[in-house]
Amino acid sequence: MHASVNPTVSPARQAEAARNARDARNDRVFGWVLKSCALLVLVALLGAAASTLWGGSDAFGTFGWGFLTSDAWDPGNDRYGALVPVMGTVITALIALIIAVPISFGIALFLTEIAPSWLRGPVSSAIELLAGIPSIIYGMWGLFIFAPFVAAHVKPWLMNNFSDTPPDGQISWLVQHVPWIAKFFSSEYPFFGAGVLTAGMVLAIMIIPFISSVMREVFQTVPTRLKESAYALGSSTWEVVWDIVLPYTRSAVIGGVFLGLGRALGETMAVAFVLGNTFKFTPSILETGSSIASTIANQFGEAEGLQKSALMALAFLLFVVTFIVLLIARLMLRQLGNKEGR
Amino acid sequence: MTNMNEAAPSFAATAQASASDGTMAAAKMTVRDLNFHYGEFHALKNIAMDIPEKKVTAIIGPSGCGKSTLLRIFNRIYAIYPKLVASGEIVLDGENILDPKYSLNRLRSKVGMVFQKPVPFPMTIFENVAYGIRHHEKLSRADMEIRVEQALRSAALWDEVKDKLKQSALGLSGGQQQRLCIARGIALKPEVLLLDEPTSALDPIATSRIEQLVEELKNDFTIVIVTHNMQQAARCSDLTAFMYMGELIEFDRTEKIFTKPNKKQTEDYITGRFG
Amino acid sequence: MATSHIYARRRLKNIIAMVLSVLATGVGLLFLAWILWETLSQGISALKPQLFTRITAYREEGGLANAMVGSLILNSLGILIATPIGVMAGTWLSEYSLRSRLGPVIRFLNDILLSAPSIVLGLFAYTIIVLPMKWATNGDITFSGFAGGIALALIALPVIVRTTDEMLRLVPSTLREAALSLGVPQWKLTVQILIRSARSGIVTGVLLALARISGETAPLLFTAFGNNFMTFNPLDKMPSLPQVIYEYTKDPSPDINTLAWAGAFVLTMFVLLLSLTARFAFSRSKVSND
Repeated sequence: MHASVNPTVSPARQAEAARNARDARNDRVFGWVLKSCALLVLVALLGAAASTLWGGSDAFGTFGWGFLTSDAWDPGNDRYGALVPVMGTVITALIALIIAVPISFGIALFLTEIAPSWLRGPVSSAIELLAGIPSIIYGMWGLFIFAPFVAAHVKPWLMNNFSDTPPDGQISWLVQHVPWIAKFFSSEYPFFGAGVLTAGMVLAIMIIPFISSVMREVFQTVPTRLKESAYALGSSTWEVVWDIVLPYTRSAVIGGVFLGLGRALGETMAVAFVLGNTFKFTPSILETGSSIASTIANQFGEAEGLQKSALMALAFLLFVVTFIVLLIARLMLRQLGNKEGR
Repeated sequence: MTNMNEAAPSFAATAQASASDGTMAAAKMTVRDLNFHYGEFHALKNIAMDIPEKKVTAIIGPSGCGKSTLLRIFNRIYAIYPKLVASGEIVLDGENILDPKYSLNRLRSKVGMVFQKPVPFPMTIFENVAYGIRHHEKLSRADMEIRVEQALRSAALWDEVKDKLKQSALGLSGGQQQRLCIARGIALKPEVLLLDEPTSALDPIATSRIEQLVEELKNDFTIVIVTHNMQQAARCSDLTAFMYMGELIEFDRTEKIFTKPNKKQTEDYITGRFG
Repeated sequence: MATSHIYARRRLKNIIAMVLSVLATGVGLLFLAWILWETLSQGISALKPQLFTRITAYREEGGLANAMVGSLILNSLGILIATPIGVMAGTWLSEYSLRSRLGPVIRFLNDILLSAPSIVLGLFAYTIIVLPMKWATNGDITFSGFAGGIALALIALPVIVRTTDEMLRLVPSTLREAALSLGVPQWKLTVQILIRSARSGIVTGVLLALARISGETAPLLFTAFGNNFMTFNPLDKMPSLPQVIYEYTKDPSPDINTLAWAGAFVLTMFVLLLSLTARFAFSRSKVSND
């Protein structure tokens, strides 16, 4: 209270001035401490990007842009390229999306429109339990249970119908007329369950709860009056969902899908066992392959020198790609928040 | 603080009728040329009014007319949100409280506020009342107990809670919680008490208790009450201000507003033709 | 004639969609049941007392005691580091960032950090903790429980930031106004009233973060690394349950695989119980907020 015009400042006023100053100072200090903690979030993201870029600078420097396009991964000759792990990461994630998106949509539809209300709580909790299971458990289950299952039931059927080396010896009508399709379903080891498709399927199960819970949440934001007016015109449940709910929630649904994609791209343990960890470039989804995360998990511990740097460089690529995917996801989801706020 | 010009000419005197009224007590708060903006929105337009000491002043008007906004300027609580700008002056005891140099601590110890919904803090009943005092004064334990008891008695709550002062305030009924909030406000010994629709979340019985309380409290405090309930304004206020679309339409003795308003809009609102 | 044809087609389409939707839910539940069933049945048959008493150094004859203790220490470190920082950061977002343009940016980036690949965060911890320690101690200390704790804290942080932010924003603004109108300064209002009202929600966030990091394997591989012996020293290499499960799953010996299942059972039960507890705490906090 420095601006007092009163020449006789009472002791009460002085005490109050001291208290004001103290409060203001404490508030400022408190605010700074909180803000610096919030800035740590920024530091964590920038730090993750910077440290992997720094660690990978050797590899980027040695191989240049060729690092992105080379399919070599040869610790013996110290030559490394990102193509195979990057392709493996992208393809497994895409397979996961192709499987998970329709299933998640079905689950969200079931939980918001079809299921009787007493069933909704338990079923949605159960689906969310899937998200709670540690990824290492998915990996184990994938290796010991699911891969043998794929080898015994899924892969033979796929190869019989779509490959030019079918276990039952009869090349299918489809492959006879559309030969290039066989390239995507060939396999050197027909009775080996691990591979790109298996990894994609395990990833799909992992990301279903994420996508379906986003979809369910955004479906619930559709105003009831909108749905009721469509029902009042005689629309069926499916028509309401397809013509009213989906268009209304489109951007958030895409956001949810991208969120799932981000998860699938960065997942390590679920695919580390079932991908096979081979570095041969192949278009076939029944062959083994490798992903960025699984390569890092398998090799970083023993890697030295340029190999370590190449792994760091891979991590940087993974970080950048997931960052962009998640950025899109959050931007799409934010539009929903705005709509709700209005 | 430097603003000692009490006798500032009243420009934009939209509703100064009451000031000329011989029955008026001395003004506790003088509002002059008050404008309020929320972003682009001009929420209050050239408000000017004199709030008399130790009387109950009610502010009525349809929702969105700016009555709560006006009340929230009287203790500058609006300032915690961004993009809100008040200009003009509100003189309290000779000093402009809108002057940024006016200490918030002092303002808030002089002007207390009670909100629409009861908002007890998540602590004991005793602590709820003592919490605010502790920030402004250092009292011994015994003195604090006396102060809390006084406040609870003034809020007509003491008899109901004297045996459970150590219990959580969240266990009280809605009406009791609201009286606790009033006790919390008057425990600081403010001079002005602002009540923002204090009974809108309460049942009729709790409401009438609060109204009785307001009647008693005006012996010690200058009270400004915002209400959407015209009967309430008629029952317990000495003066009534009618606001519409951010403007102060009419401000006069309650009796006059409800029987012979000067303005057509006031009459329309009082008689229920709009609002 | 024509209209009844349209009706029949529309009804058929609707029925097909409904059936597919129910099937999709069935598929989701089937996989949940399948994974849980295998973990339960394989895990329970592998349970034996020595799991909790012996260490991994004995291999087939051993247990997972050191891994469980290691997990406990690593998770505690992660939570102890992340909780104060996360609660303060979340509080800043909710209470102080109103006038700052940085607020929405950090809130947004925190959501991205929430789903960032954990293995990259592990490599970040490797770069900022393991490497400098190695240089500073001439290689005496390399991988350490402390580095693992930092890696886990990086994963727990965004979870805690987000729940704190959300829970504080659920606190009605009238509570802030009521306190401020008594002349209480903002820091006191924040610490003594707001955080107290949002307490159970914040605890829920911490529990969720704990559930999340207890299952993390990837970021521990190059930070805590693993250890076949019991250790309580955070500067030592430290084993953890997920990391041992990872090693034991890769192992060619079926007996070791069995131990991995037992570990998987313990881990899954722990994580699922934690998330159930968190959910319970949250449902209670919701009630008390009303």
